[in-house]
Amino acid sequence: MRARRTARAGQYAALLGYLLFLAFPLLWLLSTALKPPRELGSLHPTWIPRHPTLANVREAFAEQPLAHAALNSLLVALATAVVAVLIATPAAYALARRRTRLTRAATGWVVVSQAFPFVLVIIPLFLVLKNLRLIDSLAGLVLVYTVWALPFALWMLTGHVRSVPAELEEAAAVDGAGRLRTLVSVTAPLLAPGIAATALFAFVTAWNEFFFALVLLKSPGKQTLPVVLTHFIGAEGMADLGPLAAAAFLATLPSVAVFALVQRRITSGLLAGAVKS
Amino acid sequence: MRTRATALVVLLLLLAGCTAPDHRDGPVTLRFQSLAWQQESVTATKDLVKEWNTTHPDVKIEYVQGSWDSVHDQLLTAFEGGEAPDIIHDASDDLADFAHGGYLADLTALLPARLKAGIPRGTWDTATFDNRVYGVPFLQEPRVLIADSARLRAAKVRIPTPEHPWSWPEFREVTRALSGPGRYGVAWPLKEPVSATLNLSLSAGGHLFHRGADGKVTVRFTEADAVVPRTIHDQVTVDHSAPSATLGSGGSDTLPGLFGGRYAMVPLGFSYRQQVAQQAPEGFRWQVLPAPAGADGLTQGVSPQTLSVSADCPHKEEAARFLDFLLRPRNMVRLALGDWMLPTGTEALKDPALHTAEDGWATGTALAGRLRPAPAQSVRGYAEWKDNVATPAYQEYYSGAIGLTELRERLEKDGNLVLARYQR
Repeated sequence: MRARRTARAGQYAALLGYLLFLAFPLLWLLSTALKPPRELGSLHPTWIPRHPTLANVREAFAEQPLAHAALNSLLVALATAVVAVLIATPAAYALARRRTRLTRAATGWVVVSQAFPFVLVIIPLFLVLKNLRLIDSLAGLVLVYTVWALPFALWMLTGHVRSVPAELEEAAAVDGAGRLRTLVSVTAPLLAPGIAATALFAFVTAWNEFFFALVLLKSPGKQTLPVVLTHFIGAEGMADLGPLAAAAFLATLPSVAVFALVQRRITSGLLAGAVKS
Repeated sequence: MRTRATALVVLLLLLAGCTAPDHRDGPVTLRFQSLAWQQESVTATKDLVKEWNTTHPDVKIEYVQGSWDSVHDQLLTAFEGGEAPDIIHDASDDLADFAHGGYLADLTALLPARLKAGIPRGTWDTATFDNRVYGVPFLQEPRVLIADSARLRAAKVRIPTPEHPWSWPEFREVTRALSGPGRYGVAWPLKEPVSATLNLSLSAGGHLFHRGADGKVTVRFTEADAVVPRTIHDQVTVDHSAPSATLGSGGSDTLPGLFGGRYAMVPLGFSYRQQVAQQAPEGFRWQVLPAPAGADGLTQGVSPQTLSVSADCPHKEEAARFLDFLLRPRNMVRLALGDWMLPTGTEALKDPALHTAEDGWATGTALAGRLRPAPAQSVRGYAEWKDNVATPAYQEYYSGAIGLTELRERLEKDGNLVLARYQR
């Protein structure tokens, strides 16, 4: 009994250590955000600011249009997540259930498309978007992010579809359910965790992306949060560290919030998907 | 048929002529992408744009906040896509590619005589390629030594001035005197070792890149080129008056060590004073010293910040007029003070605000006359030479992994192979 308790305590200690390791950048960011400039230059930095201040937050908001940029980012990230899921779900279903030569070729193409570095595609992409009059447009950015997120989303969802036994769909068909009814009532609920995870992936990808946004958006009013954050950074790596940390910390919160919301769905969905085949 | 086609072409040309941008249609709008980032300089730039827009209703300037991060890739994409800003803020070492690519307007005939005469010839050279001016250099910063005054006083070393600077050997002696257990005379933040070394090497007469009679450039590592690298190397590996830990650091990373008494001096760009002034603990006394001098005195290389006009800009004359306004001596001083840098204009450099002892302004301003174009910034293939050959070679030399002979061999042998590919 005691051995089991010790083992359990060890497990919790390891888990706590792992959590701290994962949380370290975020906690350090928070600590930096709350420090006055003199503490930022200290040779022996402390975790807890000696003279905590919200001046960095005030300065960050005063210097840059953070709220507006966050709204732009939120719009783009949500739209990307929705569009990517809407396209990837039926495509993944087809790829998983229909095994043809085309399926294999499509899967191969998805993997290959991941290998293109964005610096290689940015100029042709820019020209295509310019012809479509989608430069300096959030819709254009959503289009790019969707295309960028789609291969991985597709690959991810295909795996989830494969994990749903086809026998369940066959059983529903035997019970008289039509194709649409089977998809809506049987497959979709079991796919929910996969869809949630894919949406989360697309959201975070779009929320964090910097270079496409930098290149494609011209108007100051359309810039997204990662682009605005770089305005705190100068030449040769100089940075307005306090306001940058404050803004960067605040910029991570929506991602964390969305993850917290969707994460419950992923967990419950996983349980719902625990079917016997 | 042919007549009809000709008539159609003529009609199209006439229509194009009719729709060409015309002041009578309303004010001209020019997009100005600024890389100003410190709050004071952003405010100064925006104020000047506002002032222009108020006094020039026919030419409206639209301020766009750019970012130093990835600016080259961003501009390259915008140029290729025909969507570049009309007026571009950048640095002279980034202009060569854009100038050779035909993306920037030749400003030679567009700039007014006042502006041309107001900036020294040597400074214009930083933004002149093939005898054409592709940018107006307007802000620059020498590398200086930011020093802990108390440590210097305690060690009773001679304090250098622009008139009587330390020589490189004297500097080495001083850093030895300032060192002790856990304390170093100097910390070299050499995350970008090539530009720092090459720019400072001009003081010793080291030019490294030599243009032959055939116009081709080759690397030749002479004794003059070895003065600065050898000093740094010996401070790190022989005297231990400089820590090896900061060799991969950026300038900001070394400031806590300076404030905490670990380092007595840190060689940094002049604009780092802003961070020092902001972050230095209460009671910490610091001062700005000129970098050591060599056979060529206090000469050092710089890559000034520049303002250029896009080749695609349909209103180049108006853009040049705005540059002339923005870079009037009084305005140049405002921009320089906002960025804690030096203006390039000779008239602006006379401003009393740049000659105060406070925050070391006077020391930096005294160095302005000794600033020269950074070596090799216009050499084709320099970027690859720097990234693939010089950076690892200098890093290994400074850390003691290789000796001077191997450094020379790699810079010359491997380097010339790289440059030759670009000069066929």
